Amino acid sequence: MPSYNAMELMICCAARTLEDRRTLAVGTGVPCAAAMLAQRIHAPNLTIVFESGSVAPQLLTMPISVGDSRTLYHAAMATSMCDIMEFSQRGLIDYTFLGGAQIDVYGNLNSTQIGSDHARPRVRLPGSGGANDLASFCRRILVVTNHDKRRFVERVDFLTTPGYLTGPGAREAAGLPRDTGPYRVITDLAVMGYHPQTKRMQLLTLHPDVTMQRVRDHTGFAIDAVADVGQTPAPTEDELRLLREEVDPLRYLIGR
Amino acid sequence: MIELSRGLGELFSDPSPDAARLAIAEKSRSLTDKLTTVSDAVSRFVRDGDYLAIGGFGLNRIPTAIVHEILRQGRQNLRFAGHTSTHDFQILVAGNGMGNGRLLAAVDVAYIIGLEMRGLSPHGRRVVESGEIALTEWTNYTLALRFKAAAMGIPFLPARSLLGTDTFTRSAARSIECPFTGEKLALVPALYPDVAAIHVHEADRHGNARFRGMSVADLELARAAKRLIITCERLVPEEEMRRDPTRTTIPYFLVDAVCEVPFGSYPGNMPGEYFSDEVHIRAWLEAENTQETYRDWLRRTIYGTRDFADYLQLCGGLPRLQELRRQDLMLDRGR
Repeated sequence: MPSYNAMELMICCAARTLEDRRTLAVGTGVPCAAAMLAQRIHAPNLTIVFESGSVAPQLLTMPISVGDSRTLYHAAMATSMCDIMEFSQRGLIDYTFLGGAQIDVYGNLNSTQIGSDHARPRVRLPGSGGANDLASFCRRILVVTNHDKRRFVERVDFLTTPGYLTGPGAREAAGLPRDTGPYRVITDLAVMGYHPQTKRMQLLTLHPDVTMQRVRDHTGFAIDAVADVGQTPAPTEDELRLLREEVDPLRYLIGR
Repeated sequence: MIELSRGLGELFSDPSPDAARLAIAEKSRSLTDKLTTVSDAVSRFVRDGDYLAIGGFGLNRIPTAIVHEILRQGRQNLRFAGHTSTHDFQILVAGNGMGNGRLLAAVDVAYIIGLEMRGLSPHGRRVVESGEIALTEWTNYTLALRFKAAAMGIPFLPARSLLGTDTFTRSAARSIECPFTGEKLALVPALYPDVAAIHVHEADRHGNARFRGMSVADLELARAAKRLIITCERLVPEEEMRRDPTRTTIPYFLVDAVCEVPFGSYPGNMPGEYFSDEVHIRAWLEAENTQETYRDWLRRTIYGTRDFADYLQLCGGLPRLQELRRQDLMLDRGR
């Protein structure tokens, strides 16, 4: 069994959730690495788009910015932000990867502020960026983040980006496209999905050597679990080799 | 059409298309020579209290020299479109909380303060958390859509995002029931900036402009703004633009000033020309840690430099730019 670190496992888990012949709107960092890895293993026909306007690049190296030259490497088209967002609103983009400072049991995300006063927040964060749009439009929302109590909270301080909002039926009632919503949350401890009826986050698999209790201790809300919680498969030798040699040779992410 | 709800955020600009038509009634439509210096363009076309928008995405294809000059000339009480705004916001917000008055008074936020993976701007946080800038929230798409509505000369456009969130509550959007389908939609008001600045690869003296790479929201912005400053890597003859009109995406009659600024997106990235200078950006973020170190940094880089060429020299000059060009062209295959 090859040895690996938590970041490598997260990237592999994220890559495995991406089916071939689908489309994916990504940002920089882990999502980008996951997409590049998926393309090299099981999803050679996975199409990547960046919200800045790059369509179907064949990424050679990881971009630093969602709009830098590297996002355009061997791309099929360079277009506009409206075009990418409207492909998504039209229903052509299947997945998006998002993050945030806080996430709640319904997968709602906060990337705007910590504290409740909008005029004078305790910590001001960047805001939605394209997250609110992509989470409204894309069919499956994926979140990759570290697992701790400050992040997994009962109630987000500011609901920047829609998950299932207040629960079943709430997205549809708000006017969001019907066939969209949170799908997976991948952390350094576990992989979670959402209960089909209650829309609450639930544990699917625990990473090797992680207990259910440890996940509960690091989650700020009561987290449910499926009846048969399995173990996340460890990264394979193939996954690790491609990740280390081709996706992130400078150990930009996996060296963290 | 039935209005269902409205955001509590303040609308910082007038969405009226007739007011926006009036503002450009006397704008020159002729093929005149608009070539000028950065300092002159900012003196003439950026005024205190203006609503300002900056092209590009993050640190990519941004008109850095114009943003420096707005800070250098000490403009006050600007309203600003914080659309994918990283280094441009970082420079502008240095005009707040540093004893030089208040450069930014109000910001429409889609993305500010952050520099993507590089972290948050400490000074940007200090200023915004103090509450001295009025903020209304949007998203990258809905703010781009506001430019698109303005570019079309209409007062609003509908979208299916924003809905159900606090981002909507703190925006100045409204939600309605669609008269055709009965669905809920968000309506976003047109945004007609008083002035915009966009950096491109090539332009002629009249303002015809073209660039490579993603257009982000710049084609919409160029058409939405009442005044437009173009900075370009290279000034080219008019015949060169007319040889291949399919590549012109900003026509001359939108443009008020043209400035030739080689390496004008530095320390940002320019597609096909040079990559972002991550070392410089790291040093900039570091300098922001205390007000004293930041004051020294700004004195050295902006207030103490004569112009953009002087700044480039300070940042390592031609050898550094040559290295960044190699990075952008991936001569080492990105390794």
